[in-house]
Amino acid sequence: MFLQQVFNGLTIGMTYALVAVGFSMVYGVLELANFANGAFYILAPYILFLMFSSMSWGLLPAIILAIIVTGVVGALMDHFILATIRKNKAPVSSSMVATLGVSTVITNGLIAIFGSDTKPIPSNVGIDSIHISTAILTGTQVLIIIAAVIIMVVLSLIVYKTKLGSAMRSIAQNGTAARMMGVNVNSIITITFFIGSACAAIAGAMTSMYYGSVDTMLYFSVSVKTFASVILGGIGSVPGAMLGGMLIGMLETFITGYVTSAYRDTISFMIIIVLLIVRPTGLLGQKKITKV
Amino acid sequence: MARKILQGWAKWEKYINAFLLLVAVVFPILFTRPYLINVGVMCLIYVLLSLSLNILTGYMGITGLGWAGFFGIGAYTAAILATRFQVNFLLTFLAAAVVSAIFGLIIGLPTLKLSGRYIAIVTMAFCEIMRTLEVNLDGLTRGSRGIPNIPKIGFGEFNFSRTVQYYLILAIVVLTMIVITRLMNSRVGRGILSVKDDDIAASAMGVNPFRYKVMTFAIAAMFAGLAGAFYAHYIGFIDPTSFTFDQSTIIISMTIIGGLGNVMGSVLGAVTLTVLPEILRPLMDVRQIVYGVLMVITMLVRPMGVLGGFNLRHIRQQMGIGKEEKARELSSTEN
Repeated sequence: MFLQQVFNGLTIGMTYALVAVGFSMVYGVLELANFANGAFYILAPYILFLMFSSMSWGLLPAIILAIIVTGVVGALMDHFILATIRKNKAPVSSSMVATLGVSTVITNGLIAIFGSDTKPIPSNVGIDSIHISTAILTGTQVLIIIAAVIIMVVLSLIVYKTKLGSAMRSIAQNGTAARMMGVNVNSIITITFFIGSACAAIAGAMTSMYYGSVDTMLYFSVSVKTFASVILGGIGSVPGAMLGGMLIGMLETFITGYVTSAYRDTISFMIIIVLLIVRPTGLLGQKKITKV
Repeated sequence: MARKILQGWAKWEKYINAFLLLVAVVFPILFTRPYLINVGVMCLIYVLLSLSLNILTGYMGITGLGWAGFFGIGAYTAAILATRFQVNFLLTFLAAAVVSAIFGLIIGLPTLKLSGRYIAIVTMAFCEIMRTLEVNLDGLTRGSRGIPNIPKIGFGEFNFSRTVQYYLILAIVVLTMIVITRLMNSRVGRGILSVKDDDIAASAMGVNPFRYKVMTFAIAAMFAGLAGAFYAHYIGFIDPTSFTFDQSTIIISMTIIGGLGNVMGSVLGAVTLTVLPEILRPLMDVRQIVYGVLMVITMLVRPMGVLGGFNLRHIRQQMGIGKEEKARELSSTEN
């Protein structure tokens, strides 16, 4: 029982971590809380549903298409909407509201097209489940854990070892200075949005396969858990987001398993509020000094 | 062109406001169909909600995402008091406003030291916590079955007619507008604006940003609670589905699209976004999509909202008709 809970918590935690990393990268470059991230997360499973169930594509091409389309939607949102808002020198809160608008359009668009009932998603990925004493690690769980680890390692390498990563971090520190050093700020931001949305899409696709279904209610719960993970880990910090996601996933699974399931979604909210009071910088975040 | 309209608006502001008030007053006399009065009342409830959020988001610059949370607190406070203890509506209104303001303090005191983006997330979380509590505290709120048979507004056996209720909410809204305008033209209002512009500079000038934020938050929550109380009595039935994050999105869309930091903006936003879905009733499914698209377009074209960011008194001064005395007189009578 305990080991099973650990596996389940780990699986969910991995998906939270993946969304949180994408969110955190965007937050890092723009200081923008991207409310559309949760919408991208549920957009991918619906594309998967459309391609796999209605057009009978193979699972892998369907997933890849879902990820690419979602990433492109994220990049387009930045290019056509957020870049314009930035150019108008409007405050970040305007961009935040615009992302809220985009997420409203996407989630309700999905309801209008697919209806609000739960849609089945294939959960058989062709990997055998692993039995460890009494606990079972299903094929989907194995896939999620392996894929999430690989993606997070790759993302860390991109952020900390490549030229693109240095450009991102330079924008995070000071956008104007980065521009003066020859960084093409707007395209780097668009690329960051692509990566962030693709991460959300991967997590969304894998979670829906894990549960075997998708519905639009997921949008809200995943948005909040992303915020919780990011705040717990330290906003803007990539390793922090990973850690935060894992912890929230574990905590949620254990509380649901051993205490009560009625307040499952409320737990993350409680964590957010308590944490913001006790340690607003999060576990791995650094304190920023406000300058005049 | 736009400048001409603005100047005209600034010049005739007093008369325009008086005209709009007149329209609101004659509306139920001209249109007696219950459906239309219903729409009018819903418009005014949303105007009140939008106004309350405008205090926080427009004037204070804090994005409040979970506004339906306070709406719900007000509604549940009024409903529980009225159904269990047969409390008169005057007292339930008062209680709803006070309880909502107290919740505003509870959530504001520990979190308002943080930067604005965190507060957006905290208020969103707050709304969801409230909704979960409303569903799960079965003994108090009857859970998802909701509270039915909330007494209508009236005294004892005597209930006010629909039209009288319309005038009651209209009076509350007009009073709220006057309070907000007076507040923003006072020393406190200047303090609030200074904190919004630059809290470090404000604190250097002796304005305590934290205290001002908490106070603004509580005042805003109070008006939202009042709107909730009226809603509960007017509709007669409440359940947690009325106070979800979708509802919060609708309220903040009204505030932002109408115009941040402008009382008339909230009126425009709330009335438009309440009447529009009624006209587009066949397109009920896409209502939220329209909201989303409008939000994005507004942010692209006018980040402060349609009527946001205008300083009419400044325009009057530029036009030379605004001697200091006259400007003060005008602003004190505007509503």
